[in-house]
Amino acid sequence: MTEIVGKISDVEIQDLDEILEKHKEGKGNNVTLLQLIQNHYGYLPDYALKYVSSKLKIPLAELYGVATFYAQFSFTEKGKYVVTCCDGTACHVKGAPLLIEYLEDQLKIKSGETTDDKLFTLETVACLGCCAISPVIVINDVYYGNLTLNKVKKILKKVRKKASESTEAKE
Amino acid sequence: MSDETKKREIFICRSTGCNSSNAGHIQDLLAKRIAENNLNVAIKKTGCHGFCQMGPIMVIQPDNVLYVQVQPKDVDLIVKNHLKDNNVVEKLLYTDPESGAKIKDMNKVNFYMHQKPIVKEHFGKIDPESIDDYLEVGGYESLKKVLSEYSPDDVIEELKISKLRGRGGAGFPTYLKWTFARRSKGQPKYLICNGDEGDPGAFMDRSTLESDPHSVIEGMVIAGYTMGSNQGFIYTRAEYPLAIDRINKAVDSAREKGFLGENILDSGFNFDIELKTGAGAFVCGEETALMASIEGKRGMPRPRPPFPANSGLWGKPTNINNVKTYASIPKIIAKGGKWFADIGTEESGGTIIVALTGNINNSGLVEIPLGTPIRKLIYDIGGGIPEGKKFKAIQVGGPSGGCLPAKFLDTPMDNSNLTKLGAIMGSGGFIVLDDETCMVELAHFFIQFTQTESCGKCAPCRVGTKKMLDLLTKIKSGQAEMEDLDKLENIANFVKKTSLCGLGQTAPNPVLTTLKYFRDEYIAHIKYHACPALQCKDLIQYNIDPEKCIGCTLCAKNCAVDAITGVKKEPHKIDESICIRCGLCYSSCPSNAIYKTTNEYPTEEGGSE
Ligand SMILES: Cc1cc2nc3c(=O)[nH]c(=O)nc-3n(C[C@H](O)[C@H](O)[C@H](O)COP(=O)(O)O)c2cc1C
Ligand code: SF4
Ligand code: SF4
Ligand code: FES
Ligand code: FES
Repeated sequence: MTEIVGKISDVEIQDLDEILEKHKEGKGNNVTLLQLIQNHYGYLPDYALKYVSSKLKIPLAELYGVATFYAQFSFTEKGKYVVTCCDGTACHVKGAPLLIEYLEDQLKIKSGETTDDKLFTLETVACLGCCAISPVIVINDVYYGNLTLNKVKKILKKVRKKASESTEAKE
Repeated sequence: MSDETKKREIFICRSTGCNSSNAGHIQDLLAKRIAENNLNVAIKKTGCHGFCQMGPIMVIQPDNVLYVQVQPKDVDLIVKNHLKDNNVVEKLLYTDPESGAKIKDMNKVNFYMHQKPIVKEHFGKIDPESIDDYLEVGGYESLKKVLSEYSPDDVIEELKISKLRGRGGAGFPTYLKWTFARRSKGQPKYLICNGDEGDPGAFMDRSTLESDPHSVIEGMVIAGYTMGSNQGFIYTRAEYPLAIDRINKAVDSAREKGFLGENILDSGFNFDIELKTGAGAFVCGEETALMASIEGKRGMPRPRPPFPANSGLWGKPTNINNVKTYASIPKIIAKGGKWFADIGTEESGGTIIVALTGNINNSGLVEIPLGTPIRKLIYDIGGGIPEGKKFKAIQVGGPSGGCLPAKFLDTPMDNSNLTKLGAIMGSGGFIVLDDETCMVELAHFFIQFTQTESCGKCAPCRVGTKKMLDLLTKIKSGQAEMEDLDKLENIANFVKKTSLCGLGQTAPNPVLTTLKYFRDEYIAHIKYHACPALQCKDLIQYNIDPEKCIGCTLCAKNCAVDAITGVKKEPHKIDESICIRCGLCYSSCPSNAIYKTTNEYPTEEGGSE
């Protein structure tokens, strides 16, 4: 315990203890526990899992076992802009693969990866439930529907501009 | 406004589809303008109107006018022309794809005209976040009736008469399932509402939970009373945040009003509902995997028996039904089992809710009587195939379903008919495919999905889907031999027969149906290295028609690999050896000069059935 605790800050321990407190009601449910951690961090940091594992006396392997089973859980930090492309059936037959390839090509990453500058993460999912406006992509909770390659090009350009403006502002 | 006109009310869709295209902003703007102009017009935020493709959608009553694809800049027009001057805003009306006419009366819109809304009855008409709205349309009356007049056996008898079958895929008679769970000894007993909806291309359950959550809750309380259960769970996907929010609100307000909790309506009966969210795994829609997931474990299926009715959640007797199955219960109690049975077919009562998508003019959520022919769905309601293309097939039932060609257009849709043809009804995802969809590529797509989603517990599914995927990849890229077709078919049949759960048992369906009905397309890929639908990258070329090319240079600028050469105002050319077939030039050419070709192939070969 001390060994793990030594590596994470007090603030984080406080955060995690709060999560565990919230989790008390859903006792014994590892899926809910992991969802709470991911909601907080945006992903599942290794140290967080180690901490809750030792605190709740759940074997670490059990937590990882559950986490790796479900697509929702991620083990790496995501980029500032998460581009989620739907490749469900409705989107697929309306050209989603071309859009995804275009984005992979432009961002120079594969689906599931994050750019080195941590600006973009590209994800592919199977259906966002808005199939009537397919093909669909979502960028940080904003939905774009009825897409064509040209529309995606414009959207990416806009997002990139916004991204570079905000990084410049920081510097 | 004069006396004879009733107070106007605007029903604006605030479900996921329309929200994604700015409905929230439009509602705020509309409210602001109405207030500024001192108009006596009410706004109601509602669930899904069904015609999601045309979102943002609003309906103005009592005028019965439907406005589609409303943009924020249209709000002023609506306020000025319609609300103030009583002139309908023509440009926001739905345009009939065939006649090109603007349709003023919503009841004459082809998409709505042929539907039979039962589960959808109140969608788009009530505020899903207001229990008072639900009560006003007769909500919770069925529950009152059951608690005061019906014995549990009476409920089961009514369900038997109704011929209601489960809406989650397998189509098991609901009254039988409830009878088993009712007879099962042991307490506590649990109820589960399956709202996992893992099928890509399906959104019926999401819409139901978002648009009329109380109907699901009411159905569950009646189910609890009938089977002797005091605890229910609604399981839905974390990817459905709006549905989750609305269920939570609905459960809270139902508790407040005494429709949930202890001693419901003074009957002495207790029942409560808890929401559980899944974490993205298709197999978790399968009932035994779903229960493992609720218990917080890896969502792996287990063999049945024991069936959930005897040993389900935490080893206790459990009944599991789909969202729409529960949502049908209050309607059956209200209007009687016979009324419901009369709507459907001999074997199955009521309606089917379909998510109609793909290459179709009108895409959205459709409710029609069971037994309606597929043709009616596609042409009368869906308005046919866009851009003058031809109907090729309909994919029914998601990754467990199959592709049916045009010759089955007159098949009445019900569980047994679709199963006979090699598809399944599934939960109701219907994806229309035009002649530019390659069936080999589509089979590859589905197997890739099921291969990724196979939980890996049993070998036939884990290994078999991988082998099928490898073979399909070979065929799609033109590297297969004819004997690979037999191999593919054999593996598919083997996986179907020997897998542990429904995922593996049905995963081969997309392969088997396309092999059966579109075999000549497979043969074209293998023997002639041709993709008749011009879709498989390795088998097509992009070309520029020198007659049509205006030399605008746009394509050359777009090409990431510099495969296009040519000078301004002169026909351009694509170097096939450099081209990576990304399609960018194809979609950016302003004069449609770029076209795709494939090798020649005989069209009669091998014949599809
Ligand atoms: C791989 C797989 C996925 C399934 N997904 C769902 C689903 O998303 N929703 C659903 O209601 N049923 C799904 N089912 C069917 C359920 O196991 C179960 O039969 C159903 O929820 C029972 O409800 P019903 O009797 O009301 O149809 C799935 C089955 C399998 C094999
Ligand atoms: S059939 Fe597939 S999903 Fe079902 S138990 Fe076997 S491996 Fe898992
Ligand atoms: S398809 Fe893509 S790679 Fe080929 S010529 Fe067109 S833009 Fe270039
Ligand atoms: S298939 Fe893309 S949103 Fe459903
Ligand atoms: S989401 Fe608005 S009509 Fe379906």
